Amino acid sequence: MTAILSIKDLRKSYADGFEALKGVSLDIREGEILALLGPNGAGKTTLISTVCGITTPTSGSVTVGGHDTQTEYRAARSMIGLVPQEIVLEPFEKVLNTVRFSRGLFGYRPDNARIEQILRKLSLWDKRKNAIKELSGGMKRRVLIAKALAHEPKILFLDEPTAGVDVELRKDMWDIVAELKQSGVTIILTTHYIEEAEAIADRVGVINRGELLLVQDKDKLMAQMGQKQIEVTLTEPISEIPASLAQHGLTLNGNGLTLVYTYDTNAERTGITKLLNDVAQAGLVLRDVQTRQSSLEEIFVTLVSGDAA
Amino acid sequence: MNWAAIAAIYRFEMARFFRTLAQSFLSPVLSTSLYFIVFGTAIGSRIQEIEGVSYGAFIVPGLIMLSVVMLSISSASFGIYFPKFLGTIYELLSAPVNFLEIVTGYVGAAATKALFVGLVILGTATFFVDIRIEHPFAMAAFLILSCLSFSLLGFIVGIWASNFEQMSLIPQLVVTPLIFLGGTFYSVSMLPPLWQTITLFNPVVYLISGFRWSFYGLADVPIGWSLLAIAAFTGICLGVIWWIFKTGWRIRS
Repeated sequence: MTAILSIKDLRKSYADGFEALKGVSLDIREGEILALLGPNGAGKTTLISTVCGITTPTSGSVTVGGHDTQTEYRAARSMIGLVPQEIVLEPFEKVLNTVRFSRGLFGYRPDNARIEQILRKLSLWDKRKNAIKELSGGMKRRVLIAKALAHEPKILFLDEPTAGVDVELRKDMWDIVAELKQSGVTIILTTHYIEEAEAIADRVGVINRGELLLVQDKDKLMAQMGQKQIEVTLTEPISEIPASLAQHGLTLNGNGLTLVYTYDTNAERTGITKLLNDVAQAGLVLRDVQTRQSSLEEIFVTLVSGDAA
Repeated sequence: MNWAAIAAIYRFEMARFFRTLAQSFLSPVLSTSLYFIVFGTAIGSRIQEIEGVSYGAFIVPGLIMLSVVMLSISSASFGIYFPKFLGTIYELLSAPVNFLEIVTGYVGAAATKALFVGLVILGTATFFVDIRIEHPFAMAAFLILSCLSFSLLGFIVGIWASNFEQMSLIPQLVVTPLIFLGGTFYSVSMLPPLWQTITLFNPVVYLISGFRWSFYGLADVPIGWSLLAIAAFTGICLGVIWWIFKTGWRIRS
């Protein structure tokens, strides 16, 4: 797949010397969903703001569909839709008018049919004549999405789209994102929620302290970084791990009933066969065996804490 | 040029005006009526004519300017400050628009509102005093240029202000005194010689003088100077705005 958005060695320093972006390079493929994960203050929003033209980069370049965001800003910006993190809307304005405004601002002629389609898709059509202040928080977030979609962007940035949104609405949001992907829109979303990246992203980027630590296919990342655990539940509790099992580095949990073995899924030999043999040799009787894979969250915490060290 | 963007900004801003039409329309009518009752009828009847024009009629151009200037500044500054305050300016900054288009949209809308109110006041004044307009084209030109140039100033104020208090600082502490001391309610020739000279440093004098000339043919300063002053003022405001967008001052980090 070709890169629709190409970020090269992007740096942003502020007047006080703070470096929000320390040379970020990233290619985003057409039609993918990329989730940018990172703790607060990692540089996610600065990265988005710089790509979208809200912040001026200190150095480096960004091209959108081959158009440089500095020299060909009109062509570049008209391809991008941005849903900001904060709910920022004119409270007294009507839903329909604010969405029409967004379409016009990006140089499109008014198109009522198109606007109706967007508002219906986001379940906002019934609220189109309401002033924005009358809407719930979730509805306001939908209005932000409608505004970003009003000018038919090829790339959509969603900056923490589900921050402070209840579980049901979050699922709705994921459905909306999936539908957009279906229609061919490239989506870049930032999130705190790792389950979100896990649920909808094709690729995951981890950003911390202004640096992109990695970008990888989500499945590959989880497989590569993934550690798996086997939990062996015994019929009778034991007070300590038998000496013959010492080499396996087990931990004893659950009142002496569970032995936990951690292994690397990528290793040539996982050591599972030998472990189970040794357990049987030691005369322990098994009630149950379970495996558990580390989540993206654990991978993420490992990466970010490794970076801080 | 992104004409659709200019139209979108203009329409959005005008919608704000029409939402508060009663306030936009009634308040200038009421305040002008009060000025005429107080200065035109109550006090004005005791003031002699100024170069053949009754006092009530004499103050009409100044009163129109007073409202037009204040409204231009307040609506243009509010128009751009409010998105900054709310954060909705992100959309403007990420849109494929240049500074000229943004300014045309906001300033165009603010100037339209001011022009509308100026005409309403002119209409109201005809109920109280006899008005004649000797140079209608010059009158229209001065009115429109004043609306535009002070809307540009308002736009600068809105970009500069970082809170609501600062928004009212320039209009109240700078513009109001300049207008009141700029010959709104009197002719500069009524002042002692020293003050006549000092007054010439007030740019508003040229504006009101030129505007009054288009009504009654009376001017405190030559009409050419008035035209030059307003052209220079418009040019300076445009220059400042161009610089603001070039450097991103107070808008783009």
